[in-house]
Amino acid sequence: MTDFEHSVHLNSDLCKGCINCIKRCPTQAIRVRNGKATIISEFCIDCGECIRVCPHHAKLATYDPIDVLKNYEYKVALPAPSLYAQFNNLDDINIVLNALKLMGFDDVYEVSSAAEMVSEMSRRYVADNKKKRPFISTACPTIVRLVSIRFPNLIEHLLPFNAPVDIAASLARKKAIENTGLPSDKIGVIFISPCPAKVTACKKPIGIDKSDVDAVIAIKEVYPVLLPLMKQVVDMPEELSSSGRIGVSWGNSGGESGGMLTDSYLAADGIENVIRVLEDLEDEKINRLEFIELNACSGGCVGGVLTVENPYVAQAKLKHLCKYLPVACNHLNTDYIDEAFLQKPIEYNPVFKLADNFMDSIAAMSRINELCDKFPGLDCGSCGAPTCKSLAEDIVRGVASEHDCIEVLRKYIKQKSKELNNK
Amino acid sequence: MSNTITLKYSVSSEDFTRAGEASSDVKSKLKKMNLPPEVIRKVAIAMYEGEINMVIHANGGEITVEISPTEIVIILDDIGPGIKDIEQAMTAGFSTAPDNIRSLGFGAGMGLPNMQKYSDEMSIKSTVGVGTTVTMKVYIK
Repeated sequence: MTDFEHSVHLNSDLCKGCINCIKRCPTQAIRVRNGKATIISEFCIDCGECIRVCPHHAKLATYDPIDVLKNYEYKVALPAPSLYAQFNNLDDINIVLNALKLMGFDDVYEVSSAAEMVSEMSRRYVADNKKKRPFISTACPTIVRLVSIRFPNLIEHLLPFNAPVDIAASLARKKAIENTGLPSDKIGVIFISPCPAKVTACKKPIGIDKSDVDAVIAIKEVYPVLLPLMKQVVDMPEELSSSGRIGVSWGNSGGESGGMLTDSYLAADGIENVIRVLEDLEDEKINRLEFIELNACSGGCVGGVLTVENPYVAQAKLKHLCKYLPVACNHLNTDYIDEAFLQKPIEYNPVFKLADNFMDSIAAMSRINELCDKFPGLDCGSCGAPTCKSLAEDIVRGVASEHDCIEVLRKYIKQKSKELNNK
Repeated sequence: MSNTITLKYSVSSEDFTRAGEASSDVKSKLKKMNLPPEVIRKVAIAMYEGEINMVIHANGGEITVEISPTEIVIILDDIGPGIKDIEQAMTAGFSTAPDNIRSLGFGAGMGLPNMQKYSDEMSIKSTVGVGTTVTMKVYIK
């Protein structure tokens, strides 16, 4: 997959060219052109909102098929904590982990274990760097991408850590090499993901050159395979789980904050709510907090579009599972582990710029203001852009024309027919 | 074509749900214009403070933003009560905000000091009973 850009993509055969997705996209990354939706790649943050909202199921997420297991000699599953929240009446995480082994994995490494390590390091980092508070979590890759394209002044507030899945992948690979003696390329580290953003983050990462995750499969694909296997292991599951309440709770919004062991935090979920928090953070309206947890999906990772269960039911199930767990099972014997840190700084990527320099941008912005005065302000979407303003921007960028606006076109036709009648 | 853009906003009074709309519109425009993030930050914060001040103290007013190649000028114009003692108003922590406003978390006495902190130049013209005009400039480069 050398040309991989985004997990979220369009099946144009199914697309009817309606305006549901263009209206819902939080970065205004979708246009309808020639009767079909198109995603503007640079603007897309893989949040999956368009997948949720498309009535024709034309928006899809790319991920690896379960068959990908065949490509490796030794396979390690990295289950996201949100996986555990999909099942009814589950009291023991070991049942899920044993079923994964029956499914064909040789070992499991819980993402929640690495999450506990991130919690421990984050607590330390926030305590050691008081001046840079508040810190923003980097666990949700959609948020990291959003900040990198739209909130340049907040980049310095991002925690310097990889997401737990990447740390889990590095540690799982190390452990597999030690245990088997196999070369790295014979080992498959496979993430079971709740969302397309994690697929993109593994295949085209920000902040690291290459993720240690070899493949990503969807919770919704694994779910029906696991159900019968879980029934087989229900009586005597092998003890495989090694994470506590702090790690497993990361699957719910507020879970990561819980692991910070402070009251000085906010946890926002749902992409529109998250954007409001980021705007307020940027304007320094929120400055007394230590920690900001942001999840693009409502409910947290349990709300990912590749999950099966209703996010709020899943939240309740995860809380129930946590009731029987110790607080934490992973404790570091150093302050920080190398695998945790991002290898390169997250950079501002100004994808929304109108021109290459400020002078041209001024001209572009005046033209946009003129155009907006001309348009009816209905934001009807008939032109294929989500708002009149975004159509104006498209025109200035040279990818749309004034007559894409049906109001402008109607006036033009009326005028022309008047002229013809008068001749 | 002129190389200055002028944006005009009318700020309505006592409607806190709408306070900040003008500054957030300016911020979103500036973000598309290839400016250093620091310039955007200064304009956004200074203008937001000014906008909130107009809502709290002056029953709203009008904001004019001029974007030119060298600077961004924000003019906050109101026909409110005016400022009796500008020097005192500029003191950090000094506030005349009524209790109902303070109970909303505003009125910490940091409005004008913050506006000065985030602008490169600021001037205040005020006549008691007539109104106040605050002009802030943020330099580009």
